[in-house]
Amino acid sequence: MNWGRTLATAGVLAAVLAGAAQAKDYSKIVIATEGAYPPYNMHAPNGELIGFEIDLGNDLCKRMNIQCTWVAQDWDSMIPALNAGKFDAVMDGMSITPQRLKALDFSKPYTTSPTTFLVLKNGPLAKMPDTGQHVSLDDKAATDKAIADITPILKGKTVGAQTATIQANLLDTYLKNVVTIRTYKTTEEHDLDLSDNRIDASLASTSYFVSTLSKPGGDQFVEVGPLFTGGLLGKGTGVGIRKTDPELVAMFNKAIDEATKDGTISKLSLKWFKTDIAPPAS
Amino acid sequence: MDELDFLGNTLLQLLSGVPLTIELTVGSVAIGAVLALLLTLLRAGSRIGALFVSAFVFVFRGTPLLLQIFLIYYGLGQFAAIRASVFWPFLREPWCCAILSLALNTAAYESEILRGGFASVPAGAIEAGRACGMSRLLLLRRIILPLAIRQALPAYGNELIAMVKATSLASLITLMEVTGIAYAIISQTYRAIEVFLCAGIIYLALNFALTRGVAAMEAWLGPSVRRA
Amino acid sequence: MGDLVRLLGFGPTGWGASLLTGAAMTLAVSAAAYLVGLVLGALGAWGKVGGSASTRRVVDVYTTVFRGIPELLVIYLIYFGGSEALSSAGHLLGSTGFIGLNGFMAGTLAVGIIAGAYQTEALRGGFLAIPRGEIEAARAVGMGWFLMLRRVVGPRTLRFALPSMGNIWQQVLKESALISVTGLSELMRAVNIAGGSTRLPFDFAIAGFVLYLVLTTFSGGVLRSVEYSVARGERGR
Repeated sequence: MNWGRTLATAGVLAAVLAGAAQAKDYSKIVIATEGAYPPYNMHAPNGELIGFEIDLGNDLCKRMNIQCTWVAQDWDSMIPALNAGKFDAVMDGMSITPQRLKALDFSKPYTTSPTTFLVLKNGPLAKMPDTGQHVSLDDKAATDKAIADITPILKGKTVGAQTATIQANLLDTYLKNVVTIRTYKTTEEHDLDLSDNRIDASLASTSYFVSTLSKPGGDQFVEVGPLFTGGLLGKGTGVGIRKTDPELVAMFNKAIDEATKDGTISKLSLKWFKTDIAPPAS
Repeated sequence: MDELDFLGNTLLQLLSGVPLTIELTVGSVAIGAVLALLLTLLRAGSRIGALFVSAFVFVFRGTPLLLQIFLIYYGLGQFAAIRASVFWPFLREPWCCAILSLALNTAAYESEILRGGFASVPAGAIEAGRACGMSRLLLLRRIILPLAIRQALPAYGNELIAMVKATSLASLITLMEVTGIAYAIISQTYRAIEVFLCAGIIYLALNFALTRGVAAMEAWLGPSVRRA
Repeated sequence: MGDLVRLLGFGPTGWGASLLTGAAMTLAVSAAAYLVGLVLGALGAWGKVGGSASTRRVVDVYTTVFRGIPELLVIYLIYFGGSEALSSAGHLLGSTGFIGLNGFMAGTLAVGIIAGAYQTEALRGGFLAIPRGEIEAARAVGMGWFLMLRRVVGPRTLRFALPSMGNIWQQVLKESALISVTGLSELMRAVNIAGGSTRLPFDFAIAGFVLYLVLTTFSGGVLRSVEYSVARGERGR
């Protein structure tokens, strides 16, 4: 059997080809989003993509004077598909993290929001300690204290998060031996399982929970636990771009700067999130 | 050499999902076989039974398995009445839902296979058994079942392979079998092609072993009725 | 009930239109995949029946591999690997650009390649079922190989392979649901999105069941009538 060699060759070939030269013409680009991460991006009943990132992306493209088209793509294959050249940029609430920076580049952040737990209002976890307290994962002492605070109540519980997210990474890093972790294809699916009582809590960004709480049946949930930021959670969400396209990163950076300064991002944020999660202007 | 290391590591991690893949396959095929036998008996029992079985087979063979899993896992949980029922402790678990949907799906196919197997038993063989004074149960055990199973075995083997492949869909409802682990590795390394290739090799090996097993069993049960 | 009508309807908050568009996309991608499978299957069967020992081995590897790997993996592999393979083929032919492979094309190709493996066996089985005497008779009256293919081997193979070919069509229709993972807005994805965002997965899964059953039943009826007309002249045997 030559499987080993064939595989190795295929792997090397794939790696070489993935880096193959691509035409550097940025007058028309394709931006991918998930269409299932409200209010960042979602599908309207008629199938159209709508949401904060769609509005913002279109605004940025106008500033860059380029033509943008949108495609929907499952979250868990977003980065491999970007690197396989299926599209040129990702706007899908993707946080800028050290781990992801090894595989792709990011623009400056356009939103920042903490991560926290969502539980059933009448469930046992509704009284989780440290609720509303800001904890930066860059601060080791504060992190250790917060994890120690919530460990007793979480012991043996099941917590859901979306596959390949910073939240799944957080659970894996800090709470692996405390809780059972379940990972989902979409965030909406862990909401379904939470309301069905299949899991005891879900972990996601507060900006995402805005939409969960505002939907019919949202009043059964409540956000609890510390508000985590920093560290492996990254520096806010940015536009994901292939490492081979630094020019495109620069173009997006300039446009995001402008949109932050003239208040466009804050305005869109208030429209979709009902609160301003734009990063401070630099 | 990094490349080979990565592939080796990936393969090892994926192998840790094989027990769950086998568990899901064996569990659903076993439950599916019992259901299929019940369906076959129900079909032979009464006209209403036959109608019900046809409807069951029609629905489960006419829709994608992925949709069936989605209905059973996410769909049933929508109702408070189901969440309050005695079934909920089972339906709450993704493992049970995966086995249940795979078993219902394969039962529809297996009942058709069984029907074909029973239809192939020559009337002469049954008459001969009766002429020797065999009871109904003895007739079933000594004549009908062996002949029917032998006839149905090749098709059954194909169904087993289809089920091994179908277990990969369980990853979509949070189970960490081979494909689920593949997703997890990709979420860390972003190298989809290599990881999915390794997973593919594992499934191929499983199915290769399965094909060999079924062939050995065919040989053990003697030559096929039709081929003879 | 009124709520359900609104949700499945065609108004501004109804998902009816996107479900129906999804069903149309399912039909389109399945038809395209079936065609790809038919071409590959014809080539495969030809290789397996009339090819040299090494051709037969190549076809054997093809049918074993693509019937032994989960469809989901094949779709991912072709979605991610396909555009790289195509681009490198393009490089050899002198093109410098990047050849993309969108969800539709990748899905068509993946499901088509899988269907081709099954189609190879179906067509081979159909060919082997032709009584040898018919081919000998055709030779005896002096038919050339092309005429023989067109008048005897082709129609007779089809006649015997049609039931399996019908099953493969149903299989393709159902496998197309897996293409939803590439983001193609076919029926399964429409059901998923609507069920997730309204938090009413049951209602939309049932709607999905109904639409898939309409697709499989309707196309099954068409297939049976084709079978009936191909089997013309043999009825009552």
